[in-house]
Amino acid sequence: MAQTRKELLVDPLVDNNPITLQVLGICSALAVTSSLQVSMVMALAVIFVTAFSSMFISMLRNQIPGSIRIIVQMVIIASLVILVDQILKAYAFQISKTLSVFVGLIITNCIVMGRAEAFAMKNPPVASFIDGLGNGTGYGLILMLVGVIRELFGSGSLFGLTILQTVNNGGWYVPNGLLLLPPSAFFVIGLLIWAFRTWKPNQVEEREFKIQSVEAH
Amino acid sequence: MSDTQTPEPKGAIARFLAASPDSVGKTIFIAVAVCLVASMIVSTAAVSLRPVQEANKLKDKQVNVLQVAGVYEPGIDVSEAFAAFEPHVLDLETGEFVDDRFDPETFDDLAAASDPELSVALDDDPAGIGRKAKYRVIYLLRDEGGALDKVILPLHGYGLWSTLYGFIALENNGNDIFGLQFYQHGETPGLGAEVDNPRWKALWNGKKLRDDTGELQITVSKTQPAAGPEFYVDALAGATLTTVGVDNLVKFWMGDAGYGPFLAKLQAGEI
Repeated sequence: MAQTRKELLVDPLVDNNPITLQVLGICSALAVTSSLQVSMVMALAVIFVTAFSSMFISMLRNQIPGSIRIIVQMVIIASLVILVDQILKAYAFQISKTLSVFVGLIITNCIVMGRAEAFAMKNPPVASFIDGLGNGTGYGLILMLVGVIRELFGSGSLFGLTILQTVNNGGWYVPNGLLLLPPSAFFVIGLLIWAFRTWKPNQVEEREFKIQSVEAH
Repeated sequence: MSDTQTPEPKGAIARFLAASPDSVGKTIFIAVAVCLVASMIVSTAAVSLRPVQEANKLKDKQVNVLQVAGVYEPGIDVSEAFAAFEPHVLDLETGEFVDDRFDPETFDDLAAASDPELSVALDDDPAGIGRKAKYRVIYLLRDEGGALDKVILPLHGYGLWSTLYGFIALENNGNDIFGLQFYQHGETPGLGAEVDNPRWKALWNGKKLRDDTGELQITVSKTQPAAGPEFYVDALAGATLTTVGVDNLVKFWMGDAGYGPFLAKLQAGEI
């Protein structure tokens, strides 16, 4: 783990992105990306939770007993998530109404647990904090990308501002209703993964097995 | 873990920190300590933010009452504008106010729906709500001369995914609809969630609940019913089940099991 701090921060954005390379955190990426504003708040919430949970877990890493380490991590993550949820309810009420249960579900987001278990348990607090920040941002970046595509073509707007005037409101654009439904995020994320791996061919996973050819060796 | 071999640590705390984290004592200690600290942080946040959250909820509801009555503009003082509305607790069965039994400022009619004392289970339940509170909080809006201008009635019912909660605003004759608005629902974005579309909501303005014979005629559907265009609101495109849900809940709450007795009194000029 001889990564510099800059690498820790930048690596998860593209080269080691939690969604496109590791394919983690897909569930919430499907659910909250139908509008850009909600995606952004969700991204910020996840960045906050991964960064601080990694930091706290790393501070305690030498004291956490191996037998209950996952539960200790969960308690720390869950407390931070509840904190975020309470703050959103108090200061961003409309958005918290839209996000509803998905803020609470950050607890189950594999990225948070993954960074806690894979990185924060073995590295000092500052490096863990930066690693959490980077991974949260990598997740947020994809969330925003998917949000842009889904909101623009699904509702003809970005951040709620009309870009393409829809037919329902007397314009010309017939919105693609599929993009507002969760399955569309699968397609968008799939296409993004394809684009990323075409751009960076070293992200392509090796095949687990090869179909044998019948020719003799 | 033990990359730095320190000499024998001194003091109780230092010894404890240096002890193997896997010992039974330390496992229990860490478990208890982490839980205690985490629960303190969570409960502090919950308790200290509760007043702000409650205020948000109240304001959200008030904004919706203002919007459905058509008096909301961005930037107005919500609580001041809301003061013009007169809350009353209504006994659905008799259609009379029971403000002496319940305080309209604090009575929670949605919580009352799950209290066996204050609610009834529904056998005929087109709105899909299970239990109906016997009492609901309604709002009266009076004009400057003190004459009744509008009544705002809460209603709710099941759509496709979720229960839709909203308000309907009626003119003082108890038959003309001024507006309908939902303040909470979880319908499909872009399809069922178009119940929030201002263009669709505008369709409700000027429609009538009952025809001259007193029959409830208001309908939300794809095709116009025989009763005529003044009783008809067009369905939401691509959201058949949400439309059916809205149709059912409006019919239920405006019918005899809902506000029927109250609306009859209103029409007779007894309010």
